[in-house]
Amino acid sequence: MIPLLGTPWPDVPDLLVPALGETARMVAVVMTVVVLLGGPLGLLIFNTSPLGLTPQRAVHVSISWIANLGRSLPFLVLMAAVIPVTKLVFGTTIGFQAAIIPMSIAGVAFFARLTESAVREVPRELLDVGLASGAGRWQIMTGIQLREALPGLAAGLTLNVIAMIEYSAIAGAIGSGGVGYLAVNYGYRRFDDNIMVACIVALIALVQVIQFSGDRAVRALTR
Amino acid sequence: MIEISGLTKRYGDATVLDGIDLAVADAQIAAVVGPSGAGKSTLARCVNLLERPTGGSIVVGGHDLTGLSRRDLRAARRRIGTVFQSANLLRRLTAAQNVAFPMRCAGLPDAEVRQRVGDLLERVGMLHRANHYPSQLSGGQRQRIGIARGLALRPSVLLSDEATSGLDPDSTRAILDLLTELRDDLGVTILVITHEMDVVRGIADHVAQLDHGRIVEQGPVAEVVRRSDSSLSRALLPLPPATASPGLQVWGLRYRGDAVAPTWLAQASRELGTDVALLSALVEESGEVPVGRLTVGVDARADERRVVEVLDALGLVAERVTPEQALRVVPDEAVA
Repeated sequence: MIPLLGTPWPDVPDLLVPALGETARMVAVVMTVVVLLGGPLGLLIFNTSPLGLTPQRAVHVSISWIANLGRSLPFLVLMAAVIPVTKLVFGTTIGFQAAIIPMSIAGVAFFARLTESAVREVPRELLDVGLASGAGRWQIMTGIQLREALPGLAAGLTLNVIAMIEYSAIAGAIGSGGVGYLAVNYGYRRFDDNIMVACIVALIALVQVIQFSGDRAVRALTR
Repeated sequence: MIEISGLTKRYGDATVLDGIDLAVADAQIAAVVGPSGAGKSTLARCVNLLERPTGGSIVVGGHDLTGLSRRDLRAARRRIGTVFQSANLLRRLTAAQNVAFPMRCAGLPDAEVRQRVGDLLERVGMLHRANHYPSQLSGGQRQRIGIARGLALRPSVLLSDEATSGLDPDSTRAILDLLTELRDDLGVTILVITHEMDVVRGIADHVAQLDHGRIVEQGPVAEVVRRSDSSLSRALLPLPPATASPGLQVWGLRYRGDAVAPTWLAQASRELGTDVALLSALVEESGEVPVGRLTVGVDARADERRVVEVLDALGLVAERVTPEQALRVVPDEAVA
C-alpha cells in the first residue's frame, strides 16, 4: 500500500485562493442574473395572484408553474438536463460557462419565490395607501412593495447566495472550477485530506460570513 | 361637497351596500356609524374609489367619480384624501417622506414638495418629528402624519376611515380637534367612518346610521340627539343606568330644544313643591347647543299630569319609565 500524501499545508493556499476566486466569480455572475430576472419574476407572480395589484389567473398559474419547474429538479439532474442548452449558448459543456446556466435557472426560480413571499408580507393596507394616493402600478411596486419588503428581500438574497455557493460546489462535478471542483478533484479523487479539510473550512467560513452580513443588513434595513 | 346617491355594492349574491344616499355640504363633517358588518368599510372603500360600486354615483365637487377609466380613476383618487385606521404609514419612510409620497407619485416639483411637506407637518404639529420613522412615533403622532399625508394633494374631501380607533382618549381628542380645525380653516369636507359615538358627538355636523347596507336614520347631529324614538339618538346620548329609587316615580327626560335654563332642576322642585331627585344624567354641548337626557325621581304621590306640565314649561319632555327600565343598562346593539 502506497501511503497517500496530501498537499503540504504551505502549498494549500496556492490551490485554495484561486478556487475561492473562481467560486466568487461564479456566484457573482449568477446572482446578477438572479436578481435581475428573479426579482421581477417574483413581483409578477405576486401581483398576478388574487392578492396582487392586477390579478390575472392565467398568467399567475403559468409563470408560477415555470418557477416551480426550475426548483423541482435536484441540481445535479438539472445540470445534466440543460447540457444541450449550455452547448448551444457557450459551445462547451464543461467549465465555468457550463455551470452558469443551470445555476442561473435554479437561482432565478428560487429568488422569484423568495421575492414573492417577501412582497406578500407587505400589509395589504399599504397597497391601499398607494392606490388611494393616486399612485400608479409601477410607483406602488417600487415605492411600496419593494421598498417595504427590503428587509425580507435582503434575507432572501442571503439564502440565495448561500444556495448558489452550494450549487457552485455541485457544479464542481462538471469541472466548473471553484472550491467545489477543488474538493472533488483533489480531496475526493486523490484522497488529498489536507485539501479536503481546507475546502471544508473555507466553505464553512464563507457561509458564516455571508449569513452574518445578511443578518446585519436585514437589521439595518428594518425600521 | 360630496353627494352619494343610490350607491350599491354587491359581491355576487351578497348586497353589502343597498342604495346609499348621503350628501355632505362644503366644510361640513359627516359621520357614518354602524355596527361591524353594516357595510361601513365597504362604503369607505367605495368613496375613495378602492372598490368600484355596482351602481349609483359619487359626486365630488361636481365630478362623478364612478365609471371612470383607469387613468381618470387615478386622478380622481387624488381629489379625495384618505386617513386610514392606524395611519398605515410606510414603515421605511420618515414622517416627512410619508407626507411627500402622494406628491412624489403625482410628480410635483421638488421645491414645491419640500415647501408643502413643511407646511403640512406644521399644521398637524409634527414639524419636530419630520425625520422620525413611524416606529419612533406614538399612535396619535402617526395619525397626525396620516392626516398630513391625506391632505398632501389638497383634496376637497377628506375621508377618515376609523382614524381614531385604537387611540387613547387624549390622542383621539387631539385628532378630532385637528379635523375640526381643518374644516374651519381650510373648508375641507370630511366624511368620518366610525363606530365610536364620542367621535360623532365630538365633531360631526351630520350623522348617518348604517345597518345591513342601508342608511336607516340620518340628520343633523343637533337634531338627531333630540329625537325621542330613535335608536341613533339613544346611542349618541347613552343614559347611564339610574341609581336605585325606592318610593319614587321615575321619569325619563330629555331637552326639547336649546331653551333649557341651567337651573331647571331647582325650579322644577320649587314649582312641584317636592324635591326632584336626580338619578342619572347626561348633559353636554353638541354643536354649541346643550343636549340632555336624564332620569329623575319625584315623590310617588305627585300628580303625573302636573309633573309633565311643569317640566314642559321648562323645556323638557318627560315620560314615565318603570324603575326597572331606568336601572337597566341598554347597550344599543343595533347602533354601535
